[in-house]
Amino acid sequence: MADQVLDAKGLNCPLPILKAKKALKSLEAGNTLEILSTDPGSVADFAAFCRTTGNELVEQSEGDGVWTYLIRKAG
Amino acid sequence: MSNVAEMSSPQAQPGIDPNTMSIIVTKGSLDWAYPPFILGTTAAAMGLEVTMFFTFYGLNLLMKDLNLQVSSLGNPAMKMPMMGMHMGMPNIVSAIPGVDAAASKMMKNLMKKKGIAPIQDLRELAVEADVRMIACQMTMDMFEYGQEDMIGGLEIGGAATYIEVATQSHINLFI
Repeated sequence: MADQVLDAKGLNCPLPILKAKKALKSLEAGNTLEILSTDPGSVADFAAFCRTTGNELVEQSEGDGVWTYLIRKAG
Repeated sequence: MSNVAEMSSPQAQPGIDPNTMSIIVTKGSLDWAYPPFILGTTAAAMGLEVTMFFTFYGLNLLMKDLNLQVSSLGNPAMKMPMMGMHMGMPNIVSAIPGVDAAASKMMKNLMKKKGIAPIQDLRELAVEADVRMIACQMTMDMFEYGQEDMIGGLEIGGAATYIEVATQSHINLFI
């Protein structure tokens, strides 16, 4: 289970990223954030976000038009 | 050639933090307000230090009261999704009073429906993320705006202020 869940369904670029950043801020390093998004652009964007910020994209999945990302906050 | 790679690599500019970006914001319509605020807030969320310099019509985006409008006049690329099609507007129709206001309202409704943030929200997020915002003094003089017309937390500056920022920024955009 993720330490925190962010429901960003229905939100468009760049809101899922901005809200994820805000949520990560409140997490301790090493803790995880699960994000739900309906934005198809979020696939490329969360990968780029994690590469640039050093946070780890642990896993991602898709079902019924909802993408789920699990991100571990960098130390 | 290796030139392109060298130019885009952070090492190409010694002494400049690769995580820095500046944006010159020159346009103040509803549609053009999005690129600078989307990129500015996202860059800040990705850990970049961001400076936005608002000049000419871009100054419009700093007003306390935002009522941004879009115009289809002279904009052949603006085609709105309608009844399963994409509809453009002939210039002669765009020029009729009230058409811009209706088109603006339509675009705002469309944005709301698609979960796109209003500019007010993105601007607030930019302020929260400590994006440095500079209003152009010359434009304020020309259009007779004072600091009391604009949101708080702004710096006032001119060309030299921006150039200094640009020399210290790895990414410099003009929008």
